Amino acid sequence: MTRPQPGSPLPSPLPRPAEELETLRRVWRPPGGLAIVTAVNNNIIGLFYIGTALLFFVMAGLLALAMRAQLAVPGNDLLDHGTYNQFFTVHGTGMMFLFAVPMVEAIGVFLLPAMLAARDLPFPRLSAFAFWAYFFGGIAFFCSLLFDAAPDGGWFMYPPLTGARFSPGINADFWLLGIGFIEISAIAGAIEIVVGILRTRPPGMSLDKLPVYGWAMLVMAGMIIFAFPAVIVATLLLEVERVFAWPFFQAELGGDPLLWQHLFWFFGHPEVYIIFLPAAGLVSMMVPTIAQHPLIGHRLIVLALVGTGFFSFGLWVHHMFATGIPSLSLSFFSAASMAVAVPAGIQVFSWIATLGRGRVRMSVPALFVLGFLFIFVLGGLTGVMVAAVPFDWQAHDSYFVVAHLHYVLIGGMVFPMFAAIYYWWPMVNGRLLSKRLGTAAFWLMFGGFNLAFFPMHLTGLRGMPRRVYTYPPDLGWDWLNLASTVGAFVFAAGVLAVLADIARSVLGHGERASPNPWRAGTLEWLPNEYFATRSIPRVSSLYPLWDAPDLPRQVEAGGHFLPGAPTRRRETIVTSPVEARPQYLMPMPGPHWGPFLAGLFTAAHFLMLTVQLYTLSIVPGVLAIAMVFWWLWELDKGEDFPPQDIGGGIRVPVYVQGPRSHSWWAMAVLLLVDGTAFACLLFTYLFLWTVSPDVWPAGPAALPAIWRLAAGLALWAAAAGAMAWASRALAQDRHWRMRLGMLLGLVLAGAAMATDVTAQVSTGLRGSDSAYGATVSMLLAYQSFHLAVTVLMAGYTLARSAAGRLAARRRVTFDNTMLFWQYTCAQGTAMLLVLHLFPRLTG
Amino acid sequence: MTRRSRRTGPVGPMALRAGVLAAALASLAACGGPQSALTPGGRSAAEIHDLSMILFVGGTVTFAAVMALALYAVLAAPGRFPGARGWVLGGGIAFPVIALTALQVYEFGIARRLAAIGGPDALRIEVTAHMWWWDVRYPGAGAPGTGGLRTANEIVIPAGRPVELVVSAADVIHSIWIPSLAGKIDMIPGHVNRLGILAERPGVYRGQCAEYCGAQHALMAFDVVVEPPDRFEAWLAARNRHLPEPADPRLAAGRDAFLRLGCGACHRVYGVASGMLGPDLTHMGARGTIGAGALANGPEALAGWIADAQHAKPGNAMPSYGPVGAEALDAISAWLWSLK
Repeated sequence: MTRPQPGSPLPSPLPRPAEELETLRRVWRPPGGLAIVTAVNNNIIGLFYIGTALLFFVMAGLLALAMRAQLAVPGNDLLDHGTYNQFFTVHGTGMMFLFAVPMVEAIGVFLLPAMLAARDLPFPRLSAFAFWAYFFGGIAFFCSLLFDAAPDGGWFMYPPLTGARFSPGINADFWLLGIGFIEISAIAGAIEIVVGILRTRPPGMSLDKLPVYGWAMLVMAGMIIFAFPAVIVATLLLEVERVFAWPFFQAELGGDPLLWQHLFWFFGHPEVYIIFLPAAGLVSMMVPTIAQHPLIGHRLIVLALVGTGFFSFGLWVHHMFATGIPSLSLSFFSAASMAVAVPAGIQVFSWIATLGRGRVRMSVPALFVLGFLFIFVLGGLTGVMVAAVPFDWQAHDSYFVVAHLHYVLIGGMVFPMFAAIYYWWPMVNGRLLSKRLGTAAFWLMFGGFNLAFFPMHLTGLRGMPRRVYTYPPDLGWDWLNLASTVGAFVFAAGVLAVLADIARSVLGHGERASPNPWRAGTLEWLPNEYFATRSIPRVSSLYPLWDAPDLPRQVEAGGHFLPGAPTRRRETIVTSPVEARPQYLMPMPGPHWGPFLAGLFTAAHFLMLTVQLYTLSIVPGVLAIAMVFWWLWELDKGEDFPPQDIGGGIRVPVYVQGPRSHSWWAMAVLLLVDGTAFACLLFTYLFLWTVSPDVWPAGPAALPAIWRLAAGLALWAAAAGAMAWASRALAQDRHWRMRLGMLLGLVLAGAAMATDVTAQVSTGLRGSDSAYGATVSMLLAYQSFHLAVTVLMAGYTLARSAAGRLAARRRVTFDNTMLFWQYTCAQGTAMLLVLHLFPRLTG
Repeated sequence: MTRRSRRTGPVGPMALRAGVLAAALASLAACGGPQSALTPGGRSAAEIHDLSMILFVGGTVTFAAVMALALYAVLAAPGRFPGARGWVLGGGIAFPVIALTALQVYEFGIARRLAAIGGPDALRIEVTAHMWWWDVRYPGAGAPGTGGLRTANEIVIPAGRPVELVVSAADVIHSIWIPSLAGKIDMIPGHVNRLGILAERPGVYRGQCAEYCGAQHALMAFDVVVEPPDRFEAWLAARNRHLPEPADPRLAAGRDAFLRLGCGACHRVYGVASGMLGPDLTHMGARGTIGAGALANGPEALAGWIADAQHAKPGNAMPSYGPVGAEALDAISAWLWSLK
């Protein structure tokens, strides 16, 4: 896209016909009344999402207040040990999984399309489903407290404490199943965000003009893709150990409690940056506005974000410095942990330099940003301290770490979030939140926070461990704890003031905001309605609103791209991933009951599994899958309109298939998630082998015969070949041949799976025998699960074929199925090679 | 510390916090207590304390400098703020790379030295963590035929001689932490870890479990008694003697009640009972606390504990024996108290 010359004609000639705007309004109108739950538009789902995350923040925060009240004085008996242990577990779990990660994704769902001037994110119904699953699952999780059934093993859930022997109740299952499936909704959000950022940018917004927040969210979503599978696998292993007694974590049968810690922290440390990077991205958007000066070091900041994402996967062992790991490994992880200070430093100094070069306008967002800077820098410095191994041997699991982690998380994420609420609130209802209430809230939160958490550094160094429900007097902890408790309540008063301010605004009070109240430079401040901007701007700089002051007027008049809805339905422009050249016009799905019901049934399914209604849980499970197929059925419409003019003399098709399709991209990202999970299972296999080689088969005699390997490999290859044959048949519109190929492929894949299972069973292997039996069984189970999904997807594809909804020029559904299918065959091959050859090589 | 910060009066938030930080640093020097990493009584804790002070001073100076720069950036007119990307390159990249590389070299020297405490001539003591108490054994010590010297919830060590704690866990993960002597090390089922200690100052130090281990993680403490070498040898020698017969009939009645009620099924008292499930009580009267730090030791407290251990430490494996009556409780506790 070339830079528009001054006076160059607008993409769409003005004035526009009147019915354009009416059509836009009609097709994007959100459903009213109770049917609002069928809404899928990011403006609405984003707000639901943010509101729910705030609700969980308040609930988890109330638990913290109760804990602080208990710890106010030594020997207190306000909360008994059982209640306290449930409270700190639900507080940590709730804050990390039900508040922080969902909140940063929610803000992304709400803000990203506006910053990219897209009409919506590419998969609105997936977003809606992810939200509702999270909503119902989160409510159920908190409700477990009411029945004294809440998990009490800590948010980190270390086995063996959380195994069946020491936690026989369903409390731990609430964590494993509840959080396990909510993570799936985080992954759905991540896929949405990656594809949204890479494919729905406005024409001309090449990657070098992507706002920092976009980069932050891209890195964050990438981290979710590679980090969350580890915790999902860990969760799965522990739940399977609890239910079927497969001993992944039991030392006496060759398992190892440390396996959990590796998997958990391989997720858990990136998790911190998954929370922090989006918040840092928000700060990088607000600071230029506060300073009225472009961000200094934009490219360095982008590098820093990518670098943080990269480093964060090499840090996990710093949560395990005290586990007795050899000191050579410790030195590596200590160095990596300190290295991450560099990208953080780059950002801090960029913000400071920007504030210095600009003229700072004080406001409530500015206060929160400065408060963030103060708290986060302090938390970062204590982070360097705990990265020093000997210091960590003292600080680890003491209140020093409680102080550190709240400085980086509340400082790094909660303060930017409140800044963001005050800053972007005008996008919600066109009003500014109150400056007076906001200022008061800031000082209460800032003062309360430091009063609560600064003393904890000292409490910890004076020897107070974490997660204790009571403590004796005379150890020098009394006054420090009392101060922390007072501070916590002051902080809570600040949060209350913000909530009151929000309530006041929702009830219609407060000053009306101008379209760009802070005089910001980025696209989300273009005039917009529920269909986003009237036309999608041509972008030629990082701060389009500063560099082209006339842009808002042009956009609102419809002078840029896609000023209407040419196919008279919801649609947005899909652009190329790097240069952002328009490629096609994506039709977008509208309101539907499917996502809401699927979310409800998914939550019901997992809740029933938790309370051990295994048979009954099949009903909502099947219903949830049916709902997904229901909402998908009318999508993948094919080329039902000729190419459309979107302005600027550009005519684009309304349908593409193959690797240019956004749907293909989403599937590819999903397979990255899947492959990471499989890699985690292979890691489990290899890790447990290094711990207990003695439970592995000693030689070929104890292994399945080698012909079984050959048979399995041949069958998976044949299944993949059959699908490739079906694909070629579809390209020639030879439908019966395609159906035959798919059915044949399913039979072959089924035979491959049966061969693999019988091969292992033939040696008398059982999952509960040893860590070896458990990991082999788990790999087989995982592969069987993939086969089951393949069968479902193939069945759906065949149904579309039967209904005449599949053709050589309408094959996105088929291509998605094929991607997953071929992945499954490849995974089966890899699994077979490991299962048969690894013990032969080492035995 | 908090009192001093209030007196700093109406200054900017940055200056206020810097003041509090300085006050906190000043107060670090006066941080007594038997469980404080800031009053080291051993080599490891002392080395880490030195490292900590360097970290605190370096951190405070860095923090104050960054905050001062930020404050100036906010207040100064745009033209008055020198440099732009230079700050990012210098402050964000060069400074941390240099400072942290130096820190790495320094901290790793310490980590290596601390890991080397122990070694072949160290006194080896095996500690196994249970939910929620500590089983302590001195392999090679103890009277011949006694199965080695065993105690619980206290570790007696000599000053000036390296000690190697060989630690593991019987049920879930625990972590042994004596802040005044050394950093912590996890106790993990299926793993054997080692913690080298070199106590320098005799005294009683308090340790506590640092890894969350279930219901009574909060009440899982122990004492480390550091004795001068000669007194340590005397202590060992005293442990090698057989227990004397109870001196008076009341104590004998206590011992008999102890056996009659089946206490010996879980508790070992050398020469009297050989239970292995719970803490060894051979020298119960000599210990500072009951129930791994749940109560201060004494005859009344012992009787109260036996009567209602589930109240003092809910969920622990010891049943409440209240119904056996005051007479038996008093006798048992008097006998246990006599086991010095």
